[in-house]
Amino acid sequence: MKTLFSLILSLALGSTAALAESDNKYGGENRGKPVLPSQSNHLWKQECGSCHMAFAPGLLPAASWRKVMSGLDKHFGADASLTPEENREITAFLVSNASNRWRAPTAPLRITETAWFQHKHRELAPAIWKRATVKGPANCAACHPGADQGDFNEHRVRIPR
Amino acid sequence: MNRISLLLAATAVLTIASPSALAAQPGSALLDTYHAAAMKEEPGFRDFSARRGEQFFHAKHGDTSCASCHTDNPKAGGKHAKTGKAIEPLAPVANAKRLSDAAKVEKWFKRNCNDVLQRACTAREKGDFVAWLVSVK
Ligand code: HEC
Ligand code: HEC
Ligand code: HEC
Repeated sequence: MKTLFSLILSLALGSTAALAESDNKYGGENRGKPVLPSQSNHLWKQECGSCHMAFAPGLLPAASWRKVMSGLDKHFGADASLTPEENREITAFLVSNASNRWRAPTAPLRITETAWFQHKHRELAPAIWKRATVKGPANCAACHPGADQGDFNEHRVRIPR
Repeated sequence: MNRISLLLAATAVLTIASPSALAAQPGSALLDTYHAAAMKEEPGFRDFSARRGEQFFHAKHGDTSCASCHTDNPKAGGKHAKTGKAIEPLAPVANAKRLSDAAKVEKWFKRNCNDVLQRACTAREKGDFVAWLVSVK
């Protein structure tokens, strides 16, 4: 009985420790796993993929998506407004597939401002982002050919000249 | 024999002249809607002008115009000025999907007029522009 109790206790403690470790990754600003759910959404792909690639929902936490979706008429200098019905369907898709590993109380509007993004790209020289072939950090597909399928595997990264 | 060819000729004429064939022309339903709206907005309004539509497309407001993303040639593919994403040609002659979905056209007029002109476009501006796009051969 006593050994069983200590076994459970150590298991519980062990898993809390493991959890705490992943909690603290990037100060709690971690992308989800997977970044793109197997069940995609047609309206999201079409509407959020017309001016840029449709950014996978797991790249940001639910609170960020709510903010993005409530300010679409003034969206990073563009009018990206939707009908209320379209907005509702897309918000539901983004929120229910948002990052499942985000623990911080923060809700940045940009993926490129998150701690996980900045950490993963810390070795890239600022001049690379400015190349005409790259056009800024938000243009994921310039370096990640499978970005719109949610594939950001570091072995398939190619930085254009 | 003669009767058959007469019948064939009559069918051909009917098909060409029938309203359903006219409605299938790209943009014609849109033009009807904008025409009715323009008559209400402007008392003296008569008809759309493709030439005015072309000028509207190229006109600069500050440093942007419609052509900033769609390029000067409506038969060519464009590129989003901010993100660099490719945009398919606007002219129906080069891209059959264009002007076929009224809700989509209205959605983009709202967005693009806001971005370029900082206001909504008038029915006349929209009609002129559509008249020009469908006239491009
Ligand atoms: C009318 C054009 C347009 C549409 C439609 C649009 N966006 Fe954007 N979006 C932009 C522009 C322009 C930027 C800024 C790009 C830059 O700074 O390089 C942007 C940036 C973003 C960013 C920030 C990227 C980063 O990390 O810097 C997110 C997130 C985003 N959009 C989400 C969405 C979502 C979700 C939708 C669909 C509801 C959407 N967008 C639809 C134009 C659009
Ligand atoms: C200028 C090129 C470039 C752009 C643009 C870019 N990345 Fe990356 N990204 C890289 C490189 C290089 C790495 C690999 C870093 C390393 O070796 O660990 C990377 C790594 C990543 C990783 C980690 C992959 C892994 O296997 O650990 C993710 C996730 C990622 N990027 C997402 C994005 C997203 C999302 C965007 C757009 C919002 C983006 N990247 C834009 C170059 C780029
Ligand atoms: C900042 C970039 C940008 C500017 C400036 C811009 N557009 Fe667009 N436009 C787009 C994008 C992106 C789409 C949708 C993508 C697609 O359907 O290929 C689009 C779609 C359209 C459509 C939809 C056509 C259809 O049937 O599918 C029309 C009409 C249109 N634009 C007209 C205009 C007019 C008129 C102006 C100037 C007032 C203008 N655009 C300025 C980016 C732009």
